[in-house]
Amino acid sequence: MREVAVVATALHQVPALTDTTEVQLMVPLINAARAAVGLTQADIGFTCSGSSDFLAGQAFSFVQTLDAVGAFPPICESHVEMDGAFALYEAWVKLQIGEVDTALVFSYGKSSPGSLRDVLALQLDPYFLAPLWPPADAVAALQARLLLESGLVGAQELAEIAVRSQRNAVGNPNAVRSSSKVTVADVMAEAPVADPLRPSDLAAESDGGCAVVLAAGDRARELCGRPAWIRGIGHRIDAHGLGTRDLTRAPSAELATSVAVAAAGLTVDSLDLAELHSPTTSQEAILVRELGLDGSTEVNPSGGALAANTMMAAGLVRIAEAADRIIDGGADRALAHATSGPCLQQNLVCVMAGG
Amino acid sequence: MSGAPDGEVRLPASLRGVEPVQSVRTPIRLEYDYRPSASAESYLRAYADKRIIGHRSPVDGAVFIPPRGVDPRHGVAISEEVDLPDTGHVGNFCVTHLPIPGRKGLEVPYVSAWIHLDGAAVGFLGLVRGCPTDEVRIGMRVRAVWKPDDELGTTAENILHWEPTGEPDVPLERAGNRSFHASQPDAGGDTGGEADA
Repeated sequence: MREVAVVATALHQVPALTDTTEVQLMVPLINAARAAVGLTQADIGFTCSGSSDFLAGQAFSFVQTLDAVGAFPPICESHVEMDGAFALYEAWVKLQIGEVDTALVFSYGKSSPGSLRDVLALQLDPYFLAPLWPPADAVAALQARLLLESGLVGAQELAEIAVRSQRNAVGNPNAVRSSSKVTVADVMAEAPVADPLRPSDLAAESDGGCAVVLAAGDRARELCGRPAWIRGIGHRIDAHGLGTRDLTRAPSAELATSVAVAAAGLTVDSLDLAELHSPTTSQEAILVRELGLDGSTEVNPSGGALAANTMMAAGLVRIAEAADRIIDGGADRALAHATSGPCLQQNLVCVMAGG
Repeated sequence: MSGAPDGEVRLPASLRGVEPVQSVRTPIRLEYDYRPSASAESYLRAYADKRIIGHRSPVDGAVFIPPRGVDPRHGVAISEEVDLPDTGHVGNFCVTHLPIPGRKGLEVPYVSAWIHLDGAAVGFLGLVRGCPTDEVRIGMRVRAVWKPDDELGTTAENILHWEPTGEPDVPLERAGNRSFHASQPDAGGDTGGEADA
């Protein structure tokens, strides 16, 4: 396989963007990521983005956001109606083909103008489930209930995950929920939003975006002193219908991890850190089990998606956060995870290393 | 349940006598509290004063309308607003012979045109009236016909349509986007046009 690395990142997440359009959000981020490695758009071989019209409330909204790229003269580009992590996968494949040596990946989400919990109902089966408009937190609560009732996870463990996220997020400028003082007792005392899930079990919604530059082989070495080499990447999908799955499991996460870790020639216990895209504490508990994280790997040092969940970008943000730790020398081996669909239906795992 | 060639729905024995479901309706409605951005708000508010605002690129001075806060060619933020006149020329046009359902007061045929305001690098859409449709042509000079002052709002609908001024046409080679493209350093064009010509 061709060597491909993350060589630059830029991200921005806030509780809500009001007067700023998605284009105005992405102009400084895309420019910052390119400028960090001295590139202009003319040097980029392929551009791929991820976003959702359901957040923007406009058809083909991503076309307008290309204004932020500077797509003139015309560029080679693509878009996925998915999190930017999946756009990164497409760019990685493009780099594997060997026709280009550099790629720009970006994604963004501005969910604040609408109701994200209702928007997410529309990703469900359109005949039997979506017409019932189950809010996203209620769907996640069904999964959490199964997890607790089956005895796989205790309520205390979920609260511990919430506390870890809020404490790790202290000092992260892109986290929108953090606290150095919150305790498990505080979380357990919260009134549930969608029983058994409490406010701290649900990700803090944010608006924001992320831009990443990828480069292959010697081009990556030219651009970056310590590239975050993507040694393995896997994307696997479980059944869409919630009733057809054991919701206490995420087999696609386990499979994506084993594929990515094996491709990297590593074992999970050798990873320094893992950034997990878990929209709820219960889903993080499932992911920790499926990925086989045994305590020797630091989980979500940034606070993870629980600390700031920018719809369509939170997965790419995980890759950026993990890559940054390698680029700045703070870690040697890192795993980044992204999910899509209801109850961890789709899972992508990206294993990166500094050497 | 299977569809016969004649369109009749035939049910298995277990479903005989049950009213067949031939379609389901799953209405979808999402509400947004949408703010069009500071630059779009500025643009729309200016219409109430019969002003038209564009954004000037810091890269080469090209003026974009409507203002979006960015030069899309370079991915560079724009904050400089410029007032544009309500005169320009037809950069391109289309004559339509079908009515728009639900839109009253629009007689067919009507002319949709890219209106290139004097000083703007790009055109924007408008209706051309005030002359027979077969007299509309690329390069024809036009001016805005505004609603009466007491009907003005914060909307581009303040401009009812564009009408001919009777001035000499803009030559074809300098009409529409051509003048702007010709002004680009690597265009290789020989017209020597300026972005704001």
